[in-house]
Amino acid sequence: MDTLAAPLTIAFDYTRSLGPVLGRFMAGLRERRVLGARTSDGRVHVPPLEYDPVTHEPVTDLVEVSPTGTVVSWTWNARPVEGQPLDRPFGWALIRLDGADTPMLHAVDASELHTGMRVRIRWTPARQGHIRDIECFEPGESDMSGSTGGEPVEIMTTPIRLHYTHTTSTEEDRYLRALEQGRIIGQRCPACRKVYVPPRVCPADGVAPDEVVEVADRGMVTTFCVVNVPFAGQRLTPPYVVAQVLLDGADIPISHLILGVEAADVRMGMRVAAVWRDRSRWSTTPENIDHFEPSGEPDAPYESYAEHL
Amino acid sequence: MNAVAVVGYASADRSLTTSGVETLVPVITAALADAGLGRREVDFWCSGSSDYLAGRAFSFVSAVDAIGAVPPISESHVEMDAAWALYEAYLKILAGEAETALVYGFGKGTAGDLDRVLSLQLDPYTVAPLWPGATSVAALQARLALDAGLFTEDDMARVVGRRAEGAYLCCPLREHDVARVADGAAAVVLAATDRARDLRERPARIAGFAHRVDPQGLGERDLTTVPSAVAAARDAGLDGPVDVAALHAPFTHQELLLRAVVRAGSYLPFGANAMFSAGLSRIGAAAGEVMSGRARTAVGHATSGPALQQNLVCVLEA
Repeated sequence: MDTLAAPLTIAFDYTRSLGPVLGRFMAGLRERRVLGARTSDGRVHVPPLEYDPVTHEPVTDLVEVSPTGTVVSWTWNARPVEGQPLDRPFGWALIRLDGADTPMLHAVDASELHTGMRVRIRWTPARQGHIRDIECFEPGESDMSGSTGGEPVEIMTTPIRLHYTHTTSTEEDRYLRALEQGRIIGQRCPACRKVYVPPRVCPADGVAPDEVVEVADRGMVTTFCVVNVPFAGQRLTPPYVVAQVLLDGADIPISHLILGVEAADVRMGMRVAAVWRDRSRWSTTPENIDHFEPSGEPDAPYESYAEHL
Repeated sequence: MNAVAVVGYASADRSLTTSGVETLVPVITAALADAGLGRREVDFWCSGSSDYLAGRAFSFVSAVDAIGAVPPISESHVEMDAAWALYEAYLKILAGEAETALVYGFGKGTAGDLDRVLSLQLDPYTVAPLWPGATSVAALQARLALDAGLFTEDDMARVVGRRAEGAYLCCPLREHDVARVADGAAAVVLAATDRARDLRERPARIAGFAHRVDPQGLGERDLTTVPSAVAAARDAGLDGPVDVAALHAPFTHQELLLRAVVRAGSYLPFGANAMFSAGLSRIGAAAGEVMSGRARTAVGHATSGPALQQNLVCVLEA
């Protein structure tokens, strides 16, 4: 059975502190120079190592190597994807720059590659102290030399974007499809008999839920918090209340907004009812319930929700 | 000191949801049944998974639902293949802090573009920002081995019963050289050997268990000799051929590189690459050979990281 699924993109700009070695390496790239790390055994590592693998001492000796090198291994990338150095077919290669003892990985813009091929760096026109200051490599020998100087780069930013298809479980699927019809359902654990809303594997017993139970769209506030702090993407103006609402017929509360009442007047045990969006806007989402508001019924006694605190 | 044995194993080759919880429930139930152990008799639980795989935050916390954590349990997690969680559980039993353990791994590798997701395990300063992809990195390793004359493209194809013909996927890798990305889950039950003999007639005793890691820089290690696998095999006391080995090799050339390290009378074919449970499944499958009596000695191997960067070797005996 195909359950509900939806695209999900997660994106974050990672900012990383570079430290004395990578900071100088990145500053070098900005000036069109490649620096390698010389370790105690005399080997020159590109990209540079921050610590000597033999002595474990911090690396301090950075030496300039050539922007030209030799392909040590390669493969062909026929279908470039988001974020890669080139948007047309290109080669990936391990390239040992002249003067370095270790190869580095980068893209090569060439119609064909072979082991032993001579390649040179093609620099990005607007460089900022990042590995992407090397746009890619290309066949040939470099006759350009970089300029010297420049303060070490302290921070580099790398945007990360990942795309997924989020797939619901059969229980979540059933719950969301019921919401589309204006109903709230839970499912009962066959072991402890508790009704979970939304339905889920019972975290106490580790078994899948079975019996489907329709619960009310009203219930009581078990506990709540007043949101006073503004944050990015906030849709309401503070102060407002987010509460745990135990729906009648459910054994676990859901989290929702309590509106239509002053934040200061919300209290534990308060009876509340769902305020649904206009029916024309219903879909398979919990957002069909816009918020909860006081129902006007007398408060529930403490004993009726004590076990949920 | 205690010795430790594998007493149960189960796996699933699919995962419906991105949470994995629903997939784990039957797998854990089956592994416990295989071991003849009740859920509340498990002293220690340990899992392996990664939120990056399906883009779901704290998925390992949700996964605890599948265990049933009331009354409170002793539980841990590694952001690696669950074979490494098995190592943690093994130590827990060796240390006398637990007599039994259940280890599980799960992942929905098809939820995203796995090749792209795996770029994020590369050096975050100088490699990951290029998004080279796991298959491209493996292809660079394969070419080094081919150029060194360690084997041929035909040898690689024979690992999966094929011939080296047709177009390259990511040269020198063809479609058949790259294990299918799969969803999955697996669970292995461990017990101290005294207890293990009560649970089943023929437990698979862990005779040696070790894991090692190579430097992160792809240019900082010999990609054709897999030093960390060699070191792990040595630390695990592997000093000769075993009856059967189950190697975790997402690419055919990696199977060949690893066979040079772990010698065996036969090798269990590697099916699909179910991230975060595949390595644990290899140990489960190797243990299954011992528990069934088909083998007296076996090795389960797991890998993690780009181009066989990290390797774990588990030596099993009747």
